[in-house]
Amino acid sequence: MTERGKQIGMRSAVFEDPPYIIGNSSVAGEKEGNGAFGRYYDMIETDPMFGAKSWEEAESRMQHISADIAIKKAGLEPQDIRYLIAGDLLGQLIATSFGIMNLNIPMFGVYGACSTMGESMAIASMLVDGGYSDYIIALTSSHFASAEKEFRFPLAYGNQHPLSSSWTVTGSGAVVLASSKGKWVRKETSYVRIVGITTGTITDYGIKDSMNMGACMAPAACGAILSNFKDFGIGPDYYDKIITGDLGIIGQQILADMMKGFGYDISGRQMDCGTEIYHNDIQETNAGGSGCGCCAITLCGYILNKMRKGTWKRVLFVPTGALLSKVSFHQGNSVPGIAHAVMMQAEESVSY
Amino acid sequence: MQDRGKCGTAKDTGQEEEMEKDKMDIGQVISETDSVKRDEKYNQYVKENTPKKSWLWNLCKAFIVGGLICVLGQAIHTWYMSLGFDKETAALYNTVTLILISVLLTGFNLYPKLAEFCGAGTLVPITGFANSIASAAIEFKKEGQVFGVGSQIFTIAGPVILYGLFSSWLLGLIYWLCRISGIL
Repeated sequence: MTERGKQIGMRSAVFEDPPYIIGNSSVAGEKEGNGAFGRYYDMIETDPMFGAKSWEEAESRMQHISADIAIKKAGLEPQDIRYLIAGDLLGQLIATSFGIMNLNIPMFGVYGACSTMGESMAIASMLVDGGYSDYIIALTSSHFASAEKEFRFPLAYGNQHPLSSSWTVTGSGAVVLASSKGKWVRKETSYVRIVGITTGTITDYGIKDSMNMGACMAPAACGAILSNFKDFGIGPDYYDKIITGDLGIIGQQILADMMKGFGYDISGRQMDCGTEIYHNDIQETNAGGSGCGCCAITLCGYILNKMRKGTWKRVLFVPTGALLSKVSFHQGNSVPGIAHAVMMQAEESVSY
Repeated sequence: MQDRGKCGTAKDTGQEEEMEKDKMDIGQVISETDSVKRDEKYNQYVKENTPKKSWLWNLCKAFIVGGLICVLGQAIHTWYMSLGFDKETAALYNTVTLILISVLLTGFNLYPKLAEFCGAGTLVPITGFANSIASAAIEFKKEGQVFGVGSQIFTIAGPVILYGLFSSWLLGLIYWLCRISGIL
């Protein structure tokens, strides 16, 4: 630790006692279940309504299920959790408010568009490492139908999607973080710890096309990754994988190009959840998946699995968000982006 | 010698500028210090690097499917005429039938698939208009009859109705002015 405590560089924090991810869950819709990571999800619901009466209620239910599974997998009860940090894409976070209401956990609502998973995990880790909480849950969700209603057109409206457009993922991911001082029962598996974070700035390169969100968000992702390298004095080879949220095929290419422009070659170790989550050609998802749920279920399903198995040891998880609303878009504003980088590290497998 | 040197440099810059017009390099975007220029360059870079659907193929699909919808309309019209309706009544029934078909296809979620394939081919005929109204009604049903269906049903069709009425009023005005000034 330096005299600056847990602050490092300009935009990063490093944790003294890196929080453990002791529980995680991924709830996905049918289309996601048929996607590339289908077999990694905890639950695949074939009913897009989740037994509810509206899309918004369906998303709320999905969040509740996801929180339940994560808490159960952590071996805890809802009352053990001190804080809940969550958000979604709907206006005034209604999916979250109505979804997790009866869990009765003190809650902070966050909005980072599709980067919400990174944002909630970053804040959660700081609270855990700061000693404000032994157990905390960070979660988010998105639902294709409720997002279309919020940002675009009615579902049954016939319009064409350009090749740069993305498909909002129906899914909810949750992680339970714990400090080493908590009384959780250690399992004989390796744990993933969050060792540091780099918070991105709102980055606007003047793109106004909301149907090309990858291009809107790529500069933000690039900025967050560069800050991370600079603040920690590292390069791309420090990580086994640099995983961005939902840049999609076009955005991912732009990011690789930009990083090259800054003198870093990340193409070999970079992965984008949006690009990979669907079989884009067969499932007609154009540039790929997007939405809070995209990187959330990929993290909680696929990425954490890979890390626990030891395939990847160090991962930089960089969810990206496009900060727009129908109002800002119709008023002719550009679409700024934001990215939150979370440094994760798998600990050696230990057995007691 | 000096002059020649200058000429050479000018020529080189000219060539460089030409290259710049050809293809935007990301290096130029990130090294640009002026944010307005940077945004312009980035927009150009994104435009060059974003694949687009072939407009010619899109046009063909729209033409064929749009044409087929009109053929269907004609067939319905002829059929109503054969039932003994006069031309005007048959046209009216024809319109209503096409709207019904479109609304049914919207309800069964088949219309978006058709529209994804042929774009303006389904948007321009009256079927597209019916789809825009029916889809909004389905979507906002959950918010109730007044604030849901009632106030949202014309979210997409509303502008078409407003500016359609406005332009017909404008054309009527022009027609009237032409009439009183003796042009027509």
